[in-house]
Amino acid sequence: MATLERSTMAAASVTEDILDNGLRVLIQEMHTAPLASVWCWYRVGSKDEPTGRTGVSHWVEHMNFKGTTNIPRDKVKGIIEQFGGYWNGYTWIDQTTYTETATRDALDRMLFIESERMANCLYDPADCESERTVIISELQGGENDPDTLLDQELTAIAFKAHPYRHPTIGWLSDLQTMTREDLYAHYRRFYVPNNATLVIVGDVDTTEVMRGVVRHFGRIASGDVGRRPQTREPEQAGERRVTLSREGTTAYLKLGYHAPAVGDSDFFPMLVLDAVLTGAKGVNLWASFRTPPPQRSARLYRALVDTGLASSVSGGLVPTAEPFLYTMSCTATSGTPLAKLEEAALAELDLVRRQGITALERDKAVHQLHARLVFENDSVTNIAHQLGYFETVASWQLVSTLRERIESVTLDQVGAAAAARLAALNRSVGWFEPLPAGAGVDARTGRGAGREPVSS
Amino acid sequence: MTSATERGLAPVRVLLDNDAVVIAKQSQTTPAVTIHAACAAGTVFDPPELPGVAHFVSRTIDRGTLTRPAGAIAEELDGRGVSLTVTVNRHALSLVCTCLVEDLQAILALVADIVMHPAFPPDEVDTRRGEIVTLIRQDEDNPAVMASEGLLADLYGSTHGYGRRPRGTVTSVGAIDRAALERFHVERFAPASLSLVMVGDVEPDAAIAAAAAAWSLWRAPRPSVPRLDAVSSSPVRRLRVIPMMNKAQVDIAYGFTSIRRADPAYYAYWLMNNILGQYSLGGRLGDSIRERQGMAYYVFSALDANVIPGPLTIRAGVSPAHVEPAIASIDEELARLAADGPTDAEMAESTQYLVGSMPRNLETNTGIASFLQTVEFFGLGLDYDLRVPALLRGVSRDEVHEAARRTLVPSGATVVVAGPYAGHPA
Repeated sequence: MATLERSTMAAASVTEDILDNGLRVLIQEMHTAPLASVWCWYRVGSKDEPTGRTGVSHWVEHMNFKGTTNIPRDKVKGIIEQFGGYWNGYTWIDQTTYTETATRDALDRMLFIESERMANCLYDPADCESERTVIISELQGGENDPDTLLDQELTAIAFKAHPYRHPTIGWLSDLQTMTREDLYAHYRRFYVPNNATLVIVGDVDTTEVMRGVVRHFGRIASGDVGRRPQTREPEQAGERRVTLSREGTTAYLKLGYHAPAVGDSDFFPMLVLDAVLTGAKGVNLWASFRTPPPQRSARLYRALVDTGLASSVSGGLVPTAEPFLYTMSCTATSGTPLAKLEEAALAELDLVRRQGITALERDKAVHQLHARLVFENDSVTNIAHQLGYFETVASWQLVSTLRERIESVTLDQVGAAAAARLAALNRSVGWFEPLPAGAGVDARTGRGAGREPVSS
Repeated sequence: MTSATERGLAPVRVLLDNDAVVIAKQSQTTPAVTIHAACAAGTVFDPPELPGVAHFVSRTIDRGTLTRPAGAIAEELDGRGVSLTVTVNRHALSLVCTCLVEDLQAILALVADIVMHPAFPPDEVDTRRGEIVTLIRQDEDNPAVMASEGLLADLYGSTHGYGRRPRGTVTSVGAIDRAALERFHVERFAPASLSLVMVGDVEPDAAIAAAAAAWSLWRAPRPSVPRLDAVSSSPVRRLRVIPMMNKAQVDIAYGFTSIRRADPAYYAYWLMNNILGQYSLGGRLGDSIRERQGMAYYVFSALDANVIPGPLTIRAGVSPAHVEPAIASIDEELARLAADGPTDAEMAESTQYLVGSMPRNLETNTGIASFLQTVEFFGLGLDYDLRVPALLRGVSRDEVHEAARRTLVPSGATVVVAGPYAGHPA
């Protein structure tokens, strides 16, 4: 149970330990509020799911809130709440994670819950069945939103080989047919300490925290997670398109370009480019969406929103372990044809491909990104999230170098990234065309008077 | 020596010579400051014949001032990495942003200019009108919005300030011109209707001095306060179905009118709501409908005790097949809480949770600023954060039971169902 490795990064004040069983532990003391935040991260997400079991990671996440050997199901509630705490979890393409934030005196209970979640979840068959309908309800709730539907379809056509093409929530038929055994096997395979990172940030004492971590996690055995899919997405050879025609009131346009992974050399140039095009979002998946980006002087906002073609535009570039997508999403104003909106968007992107950005734009984008880095580190929850997130997709040490990496981006790098990444043959285009009431397909059956729900 | 928790927030509040309220609180978590300026210019002040004016003002107030064109404002904000959010609720129109400490004076001056001297340029008004119409059309395609807004319309009436659609209608928005926006601004925006909160890494005295420099010359007459009638709960059960057959999931909105924020029973209602539909994953409702029956991804209740008795709303998203059993389960849980009251364990758990969550809710600058605006709006006092624990612990089980008995009456519930459902549950 002694630690194998210990390194302290003075600059970031983060202490890193790795237990004998492979559990990586990151601790950052922060004494601005009497709070502590714990995040436990697993390197498993929808990219690790085979056909037929899409959505299994997310379903497993749900099951891991339903009692353990030492926490009866009806006692799960209240453990954190008695400290005024908050708990949650999420699953995405590269990761599954669980969090609690509460007053510092809850720390031991938070570590206990996470250790139980790693080793002792129950997977009662009745609970698995009951959760099936909850997750299908979650899926259907998402499908109520045309923009979410379009995002799912665009991602599916942008990737033809890589498992990033599957929605994290899974395909409906997989959710209807997966078994308790499928869920439990996935849990046992991936929920091992050597596939996890435990992050603790807050009003805590590092030495004391490590003692608690060793006490709760030290006896959990490591395991072999086995071989993961090695599929690499083949280079895209031409533009792809999808049109959803369904009853609705509003038209949506979505453009997706294959993007760099966080470790690729043009990730930060693309981040600056995105800030120039749609405003800086920052790089905190947990916090960034809560505050809209400063975007009123951004190129696509001026070209599409200020001209009245769109009521909103947003860009999406997220740090991922493997190359994912850079997306631009627009809501057409009532009466604006999608073709006209697309033409205006592509004209702007073509311009930046040919001419790059100006020095003033680069400086403004860098300043915006710096400000976002400050704003998104305003709580122990957000800081802990970033350490675990980056460790799961690359390395936690990237967090302390973000500012420097952004600052070192040059005009030439942005220009080269724009020229390479925003090429037509690297592009997928999605349209949501609203049909008038009564002309659409039934969302539940896919049948009706309209065209097929998805065409490409 | 007292700890930070014992001292509480202890913000500094001053009244400027022109009657504007300025509140400052220092917090050193990040080198940033959150500015939250709220004016008593919410949707309840919309002219009855022109619903949507307050919202339209919120979409155009920062699109040009008498001395700054829209493009200059955009550059000034974007160049500092600042995103200015303008929102409107029933009673207040708020401008909220976070800036780096070194930008505080400049951003305060900009926000003051926007609030005091908006120009509502005609081309901006036209462009934003198109955006608002699109937003309204999106709302009309959203079962969650249709159910929620439908419930409020049925509870309060579609012309009441709490019942009408906050964005107005496509027709009313088409009729709102620049003159209507200017008139609303003249009538509702004044120092006496402003409360400005600043929270961040700046000495309160320095923050207040910066605010005074930006705002103290503003002069405008104190706005009148129009009458807002309270609405009683319905004596009979009402159900309305809004069929949206192109959707996959049904949204249920189920509710009552409740109490005023100033009602002494507020803390009993707060606890009752937490037990019913908040604690852990949705309180008793979540335990029944999500955890035990697996019928919904989300189900919760929300209490909006306000200037007049606001709504107590229960929301759930379910498949079409689960509409009737979900409504029956809501009925059952409400009737049970009204009949038996909460258990002692529930009282202890919810009280402990709400008291214990205060440090977490007051961790960030934006969280503190929002809390201080609520304190100012309802006149709760600058030491309110210190008094909340005793106020909650002073509530008895009988008081919560009485709150449930008074309000949670399924036979008087108003229910709106929106989505792929055309049936008629009992």
